[in-house]
Amino acid sequence: MSEHVPVGGRLITKPFTILILLAMLAFAILVARFLFGLGSVTAMSDGYPWGIWIVIDVMIGTAFGCAGYSVALLVYVMNKGEYHPLVRPAVMAGLFGYTLGGIAVMIDLGRYWQFWTLLWPGYVNLNSVMLEVAWCVMAYIVVLWIEFTPAFLERLGMKNLKQKLSKLLFLFIAVGVLLPTMHQSSLGTLATAVGFKISPLWQTQMVPLLFLLSAVVMGYAIVPFESILSALGLKRPFETKLLGKLSAAMLVVLIAYLVVRVIDLTWRGAWGYAFELNTQAIMFWVEMALFVAPVLMLMSPKNIYNPRLQFLSGFSLLLAGSVYRINTYIIGYDAGPGWSYFPSAGEIMVTVGVFSFEVILYLFFVKKLPVLHRAEAH
Amino acid sequence: MGLNRRDFLKLTAAGAAGAAVAGDAAALQRPPLEMPPEAVGMLYDSTLCIGCKACMVACKQANNMPPDFRVPENTTWDQPLDIDGKTLNIIKVYRQGTAEVKDRETDGFAFVKRHCLHCVDPSCISVCPVSAMTKDPLTGIVEHHEDRCIGCRYCVYGCPFSVPKYEFDDPLGQIQKCEFCVHLQAKGLTPACCDVCPTGATLFGKVSDLKEEAKRRLAAKPGDVYVFPRGNLDENRPTHEATIPSYLQRLYGDKELGGTQVLYLSAVPFDKLGLPDNVPDYGYATISEGIQHTLYQWMIAPAAVLAGLLYVVRRNTQKDAEHSGRDES
Repeated sequence: MSEHVPVGGRLITKPFTILILLAMLAFAILVARFLFGLGSVTAMSDGYPWGIWIVIDVMIGTAFGCAGYSVALLVYVMNKGEYHPLVRPAVMAGLFGYTLGGIAVMIDLGRYWQFWTLLWPGYVNLNSVMLEVAWCVMAYIVVLWIEFTPAFLERLGMKNLKQKLSKLLFLFIAVGVLLPTMHQSSLGTLATAVGFKISPLWQTQMVPLLFLLSAVVMGYAIVPFESILSALGLKRPFETKLLGKLSAAMLVVLIAYLVVRVIDLTWRGAWGYAFELNTQAIMFWVEMALFVAPVLMLMSPKNIYNPRLQFLSGFSLLLAGSVYRINTYIIGYDAGPGWSYFPSAGEIMVTVGVFSFEVILYLFFVKKLPVLHRAEAH
Repeated sequence: MGLNRRDFLKLTAAGAAGAAVAGDAAALQRPPLEMPPEAVGMLYDSTLCIGCKACMVACKQANNMPPDFRVPENTTWDQPLDIDGKTLNIIKVYRQGTAEVKDRETDGFAFVKRHCLHCVDPSCISVCPVSAMTKDPLTGIVEHHEDRCIGCRYCVYGCPFSVPKYEFDDPLGQIQKCEFCVHLQAKGLTPACCDVCPTGATLFGKVSDLKEEAKRRLAAKPGDVYVFPRGNLDENRPTHEATIPSYLQRLYGDKELGGTQVLYLSAVPFDKLGLPDNVPDYGYATISEGIQHTLYQWMIAPAAVLAGLLYVVRRNTQKDAEHSGRDES
């Protein structure tokens, strides 16, 4: 018998229905986007050609999706077997984060029907950081689906095939650790080509490392967030002990991130910009506060095993990494006089719909497929 | 020809200033690209421009671009506010205070012509994943190819001069930008805006010749009569006689962001005209490509990491499989 079991229970609940409605609303808005163009639905402009569909749905969505990556680092690279129960739900979070990030890209691309040119040898530009991101994310989506295949095979009772796959699975796990290291850092490198249009508070050659470290932190942060929410929602026991240990690992990467961030700002002499009276400076401090608060919350060994603080610190770090990405690409971006950007209602509702769809998939998968670890195992 | 000490000091100072402006040590940087051998360009002299907008009309005609009707609604004339999906070239005006005197910073006004500057080391080309932006290896003209563009708008986002524009109101929208009338140049003709300019404010020619011309103007004494060439430096066109204004002693585009093939002369500061000031002497692509190619050179680093991962993960999963095998039996 497998260690993972479907949670079961009724699928169509009231929250589930609301999520379906939100996803359908997003779909309706997207019909308008494809019929009348990006400008008809979004607040994007020639001044702000990148909006929340790229920065939230893709950059933040995939950083949330780093759960699979972060936990795989612990289990398969650091060889901490005790985290094994967290692997499958984490891989699934990655699966949805990245698959929907990929869909969001297709929604946002102005000339989506020419997407194939990204794979055409005569066209590809190896100097382009965007190309690295595109290839790497496409490859990782495939890898995630393969990594998750054992859950399907178990459900379908295909034991033989699962046995065969598990012999090869190490290949995909290794590639699945390499790829996010590459593209999560490249998602930061994208900023370096933009130069002075991004404020010195965020424009640095260290941005690939900062994006990578913060993505790993977010990958860990989503685990307690999701685990505690599903424990409450699906009436399962808390995984307090395991989450405490995970939070400790998260804390180490978080402190590494903060050290690099502070040294970099100091080295470049950029602190002055943090003390100006403007939106950028305020948002910088919001971002920093969200990163630093969890350090204070988790510092004592007692707090780290407190489910409330585990949840709060995870939530704070998900926000911190999100604000960091929004700051880098939108708030910190100066399009010049006369331009401004705040997402339109339609744009926001599409983003809400994309994340609703993610939760729909999550609920469907955990209820119908062997994803979560057998409850009495703890 | 060697550098003398004075030139060397100047270069060093300029380099240091550039690095300081960039605010980083630029540790991972690829060498900047060089000016193409037969680079053609434009010299725009703000002090000669009279704001007649003949260049805008000619540009729309030559490139088959639609008129832009704006405020108040139902105007009967083309009225773009900036370059965008409908307008590749525009004359804008800087105004301050009472805006009485031309080419004066306080209580004055000045014209500026905005469009693609055809950078020597363009960000738009570097960032485009599918090579939809290309630079002619001889003439250096930066062209856009919408037949392969995926519409990611990274060129719009990344261009330091905010030149490429996307047609946001078209479901099949494309990127639009000045291509220096490459179709006219192919027939041996002069780009439309330069061709029609009545004062020689917009002048076409080889970049090297244009730089010589610009230096002559900067060296001349304000108030002196000067014979300004018109249209195309390579043709014998009627000239325009006028007096030399009080130029700022700077040729914009000579060094800025690695140099541009469109060059600017002005009597009011360039940032007032909307051209980014305080920029380094290298294009930002030198930094993003420096990072990318350091990390991914021949894919050595990723391959090495993958080899290590394969070894470690294989060892750790084998233990795992034995474990679960025992559990399941």
